[in-house]
Amino acid sequence: MVSGEVDVALPAGADADHEDRQIALWALYELHYGGFEDVDDDLEWHPTLLTLRHQLEGVFLAELRERYVAPESTEPFAEQLFAYIAGIDGPSLARFVQRNATRDQALDVLRARSVYQLKEADPTTWAIPRISGAAKVALVELQYDEYGAGVPDKQHSHLFAQGLAACRLDPAYGAYVDDVPVEVLELNNGLSFLGLHRRWRGAAMGFLAAFEATSSLPARQMAQGLRRLGLAEEMAYYYDEHIEADAVHEQLAVRQICAPVVAEHPELVDDVFFGAFTCVDLENRLAQALLDGWAA
Amino acid sequence: MSAAPGHQQGRESPDVVVCPDGPLLLRGDHLVEAADGSRHRTTRPVSAICRCGKTGRSPWCDGTHKLLRG
Repeated sequence: MVSGEVDVALPAGADADHEDRQIALWALYELHYGGFEDVDDDLEWHPTLLTLRHQLEGVFLAELRERYVAPESTEPFAEQLFAYIAGIDGPSLARFVQRNATRDQALDVLRARSVYQLKEADPTTWAIPRISGAAKVALVELQYDEYGAGVPDKQHSHLFAQGLAACRLDPAYGAYVDDVPVEVLELNNGLSFLGLHRRWRGAAMGFLAAFEATSSLPARQMAQGLRRLGLAEEMAYYYDEHIEADAVHEQLAVRQICAPVVAEHPELVDDVFFGAFTCVDLENRLAQALLDGWAA
Repeated sequence: MSAAPGHQQGRESPDVVVCPDGPLLLRGDHLVEAADGSRHRTTRPVSAICRCGKTGRSPWCDGTHKLLRG
């Protein structure tokens, strides 16, 4: 059991290599979600670990900011945000699964997705108390849908777990974290970082908007690919659900969450676009890592 | 029904939202009759009704309108 005394070589935080930094950040963030069986729950707020987290976040944020390409225009807001998200080029994992992936490659995608999808929507929930008015109401509506709209078995994380089990994969939370490319941890850490920092609430909402706005059509491709490969119908159903859910959520996120947030706080406009970029950027890096891994 | 203390007029969320180049958002529970006469009960806090006529999951929006933009 890890508890009480924490000995961290702090200078190593910022200097450790990229993969070590992402693994450390992921482990530190997990203390705020489900924690670890063999780790003392009190370590969630241990000052030494928070200091280390702060250093790791500083390096991560600098990497994200360096890649960010600001929009040329932000008005009219909703149209520009949709166009900005659609305009960021990258490889499409969903199209690959739809047309070309082998069964093993599709299972690799599901393992990679499991790290987030088994806590689907949780990082975004951190932002609820940090926004107000109509935006908060719409965010809660969106999250309520993610959490099953009153039916525990319809929680999206539960649907994904059922899909994993039906594909004979392990539905236990975090089961594949040691097997997936580091870019999976980057994506999860990006979500947690933005969600846990009030200063980045605009970016958290922009990330949500981009996530939803790049989900509905790819979900259809994923469902078609999984059925082409004869994988379990439960997993195809998970993606079917996201075709319709995310067609709603993208409109809610852009027009009823991000738009009122920036109407109330115009100074957050660039943060919203930064969050949107970061979502697509981290998704693209993950897609490229998987595609490169299969090609090697 | 009297307004709750502190309630401001006009701050409620709209029940129906027409999204430019996008679907119709419906808040709350509704029975929707599709173009073919079939009836569908909403299941979400907010639902999106197809307006472009090209959805594969009528009457719900499936994002297809994005592929139609010139």
